[in-house]
Formats: sequence, structure tokens, C-alpha cells
Amino acid sequence: MLSCVPVTSVSSLAEAFALLADRPRGLRVLAGGTDFLAQVNAGVGLERIGHVLDISRVGELRFTRLSGGLLAAGALATFTDLARSAPVRQALPALAQVAREIGARAIQNRGTLGGNACNASPAGDTLPILVAAGATFVLGGPRGERRLPAEEFFLAYRKTALAADELLLRAEIPALAPGERLAYRKVGTRAAQSIARAFVAVRAAAAGGRCSGVRIAAGCVAPVPMRCRAAEAAVEGRALEPALFEAARGAIEGEIRPITDLRATAEWRRRVTGNVLVRLLEGLAGPPRSGEDS
Amino acid sequence: MPDPARMELSLTVNGERRTVSVAPMARLLDVLREALGLTGTKEGCGEGECGACAVILDGELVNSCLVVAAQARGAAVTTVEGLLADGEPGALQRAFVAHGAAQCGICTPGMLVAARCFLDGGAPATGEAVREAIAGNLCRCTGYVKIVEAIQDAAGMEGGAGGGAAVPEGRALAASGGAGSGGGSGGGDGLGPPAAGRP
Ligand SMILES: Cc1cc2nc3c(=O)[nH]c(=O)nc-3n(C[C@H](O)[C@H](O)[C@H](O)COP(=O)(O)OP(=O)(O)OC[C@H]3O[C@@H](n4cnc5c(N)ncnc54)[C@H](O)[C@@H]3O)c2cc1C
Ligand code: FES
Ligand code: FES
Repeated sequence: MLSCVPVTSVSSLAEAFALLADRPRGLRVLAGGTDFLAQVNAGVGLERIGHVLDISRVGELRFTRLSGGLLAAGALATFTDLARSAPVRQALPALAQVAREIGARAIQNRGTLGGNACNASPAGDTLPILVAAGATFVLGGPRGERRLPAEEFFLAYRKTALAADELLLRAEIPALAPGERLAYRKVGTRAAQSIARAFVAVRAAAAGGRCSGVRIAAGCVAPVPMRCRAAEAAVEGRALEPALFEAARGAIEGEIRPITDLRATAEWRRRVTGNVLVRLLEGLAGPPRSGEDS
Repeated sequence: MPDPARMELSLTVNGERRTVSVAPMARLLDVLREALGLTGTKEGCGEGECGACAVILDGELVNSCLVVAAQARGAAVTTVEGLLADGEPGALQRAFVAHGAAQCGICTPGMLVAARCFLDGGAPATGEAVREAIAGNLCRCTGYVKIVEAIQDAAGMEGGAGGGAAVPEGRALAASGGAGSGGGSGGGDGLGPPAAGRP
């Protein structure tokens, strides 16, 4: 029975690393608990949990800061923190915006950026944004720290690159430069508080009617949040005009691997992902809209 | 020998210091209802979707079915029982009664707690803001309209920051324009949220 499982609540990384070094059997990390406890309450995977490491009060992991053009967001920054954070709103407004579209208040108050990443759902809302933004994830444990591009963190369906004795510590994201934008579109069943059925994020600089530095990511269309390199290649350096939009649509529809599940069919996801990419590119060709850019 | 399967949990509930012996992975919901006998907090879904179990934890609205005992150590928790002022229902609860904002009542404790948290935040009680504040609280009976109206009325009666802005729909009973205090803090609340209501 899960209620008998021991819980170690730590308040510093040093304490967390000390426990991780012991590698207790069946160790699971607990942050805001919005995924973890929803799974526990639904009886999913209980038998594998032997010990819980509660990091929810490790203050060192709860921050956002902007320095030298680099935005850093601690793994324990909550969605409410991200939505309110001046550094996030300045350096990557899309991340602040999407945080307001995740669950409702009570979920935003507990759910964390690190939990969203480590839960590694292909429908995690911050993930295509982090991938498109070019985020680097910093992982750490008793053996030290290492860094991975966000897209390399996600290995397979709900499987991450974290070793058993590692935590996700923070995400580091290059701030948008003047002229650069990150636009995204979440397609759910309603405006907010629903799990996405399709999700596309595009980071690019548009100047003289052309795009450069293009990074495109999509959610809900593969076992992992996916960087869409074929679509990037189709767009990079080209004039933003209808022929390009159609080429980009063809490229992204060709590279994604959507499945049919209870939220949508594969065919619907493929079409909608293509449509959404075209809308986002059309938007890049026009003036900045609120919510995309400051 | 301390039993690893039990923990002494001390926390402040509705202003009173309480200590109970519970399983560390017990849900805060069960600590409140079973260990402390505070059965105002309800369980609907147990998965974070319905808000029937909402409480205020260290000033923030949370779903108590998604918080475990170990995470509440030393915390201050307000449940629906703690919304009584001197043992009497306050403006918010009276507005719910006046508007008929409760039918079966299962969602009501969570609604009241979410509304309290919203009103305490001091943001203007526009229809959109109120609907966003209770967007995580499901009600299968009322259709939400009366609940939103009741919360807007309460904002007017409490005469806080909401006063002026609570009246765009011309409903606040006592919106004497308790001119904008609060409101100005933590710019985050001004960020245009997406329309969060459900159909
Ligand atoms: C009602 C409801 C609505 C939701 N709506 C959305 C939505 O619209 N969009 C969306 O994207 N998500 C949504 N979610 C999912 C969830 O809220 C998010 O994924 C959230 O970011 C999880 O963060 P957490 O801190 O609660 O993680 P937890 O539940 O604590 O942990 C999640 C997983 O990550 C691991 N973990 C957490 N932090 C770390 C770390 N720092 N290092 C290593 N491992 C770690 C845990 O071991 C666990 O496996 C919703 C959930 C609920 C219950
Ligand atoms: S019982 Fe907690 S949200 Fe439904
Ligand atoms: S009054 Fe019945 S669920 Fe709201």
C-alpha cells in the first residue's frame, strides 16, 4: 500500500543528492505532485514505488532569472511563477503565456516546469516551446551536472534521459533577440484548461520578408515532443509567401508520427498540425501580435 | 523507534495548530477529512480535475487530493470551515445563499474556497476574472451563472479592490465603489489570460 511508502522531504539540493547517492529501491521524485498524485490516485504504477523524494520545498530550484541574454528557469518554478515572472515575460513571453493555459489556478499553483518536462508527456504544453526556443536542460546529482539540448532529453514515450540518481535542475533558454519571435498555438477542446490535441511552436527572426534562425517543434504528434527539422529546413532563409507555407506544410506533415487516441485521430492531428504551422508562419510575415512578442 | 510508515504532522488549520499521526503519503484531503474531522472539504474526482477538494495552502489555492501529508508539514491550511468569521458565514457565503448558487452542494466548499482566494488577491471581479478563478471547479448543477454573480456581489459587498470593476454587469448589491486598493500588486494578474471558462 502506498500510504506505507516512506517519504523524505528535503529542503536543499545537498540533502536531495545525499539520498540519491544511496539509490534507494523504487525511488520516485515528487515535485508539485499534479502528475504524480493523479497517477497514484488512479492506481497507476503503485507497485514500483518504494521511496518518495519530495523536493517540493527545495528553494534553490524555484527561481527565474535573466542575465547575459540567457533566461534560466528552475525546475520548481510553478506555472504561476512563470506567468508572473518579469524575466520570463521579457525574454520569452510565450512561456509565461502558455503557463496560463495549463490546467486551472490550483494546478498552476502546484505544477512545475521540471515536472512538466520529467513527466515527458508528448502533450506537455511547455515542451514544444522549450524545444523550439532552443532550451538546454541542466541535470544534476551526486555525480555532478550535465547539460542536454531539450530535444535530447526526451527519449521515448514518457521516458527521459535522467539517470536514477539525477534531478532536472533548470532550463536555460537564449532570450529572444530584437526582431526574433516565438509563436505557438495550442489546440485543445476549448481555450484553456484542456490537454492539447495539437501543438506547434516556431521560433524565428523575420526580416525583409524572410525567416532565419528557424526552430520548429510540435507536441501530440510523436511519442515525444518533437523538433521538426524538415519543416525548419523548408522555411530557413526563404521568402515568407504562399509557396513557402505549402512547402512547410508538406514537410511537417511528412515528418510527424501522430497516433490515434481518445483525444483525436492521427489524420486530424496531421492536418491540424500542418494548418497551425501555416497560420504561425503567416503570422510571422505580419506585425507582432500580443502574446507572442513583447 | 519512529515508524517510517507514520509521521507526526504539525500544521496550522484554520488558524489552529494541529498535530496528527498520519502516513506520509496520505493525501492532505484525507488528513483534513479523516484525521481532523473537517468534512467540509469534498472529494469529487481524486485526480485534480474537479476542485471539490480545494483548500488554501500557504496562501495559494490547491487541490488537496494532489498534495501529500509530508508536503504540508508546518503549512497553514484554510478549509471551507475556516471561512466563517466569528462562527458566522461572511458576505461570500451569504451571497451564495442569496443567489441560489448552491444546489446539490458538492462543489460549494471548493467554490467558496476558490472564490475566497480570488477575492483575497484583490483583482477586479470582472465576469471573466471570476470565471477564470473558478475554472478548476466543476459544478454539475447550477450552470455557473449564479455562482459567478454571487462572487461578484460578494466582491462588491466586501468593498475591496473589486468594487468598482465588479459592476460592469450592473449586479453588485452594495458596490459602493470601495475604490481600488490592492490590485496594483504583482503585475502578473494583469496579464490577459485566455478565456478560461467552460461552455
Ligand atoms: C487537472 C489537471 C490538468 C492538467 N492540465 C495540463 C495542461 O493543460 N498542460 C500540461 O502540460 N499539463 C497539464 N497537467 C499535467 C501537470 O500539471 C504538469 O505536467 C505539471 O507540470 C507537472 O508538474 P509537477 O511539479 O506537479 O510534477 P510531479 O507530479 O511532482 O512529477 C511529475 C513527474 O516528474 C518527475 N519529476 C518532477 N520534478 C522532477 C525533477 N526536478 N527532477 C526529476 N524528476 C522530476 C516525478 O518523479 C514524476 O515522475 C494537468 C494535470 C492535472 C491534474
Ligand atoms: S477531488 Fe481533488 S480535484 Fe477532484
Ligand atoms: S451545486 Fe451540485 S455540483 Fe455544484
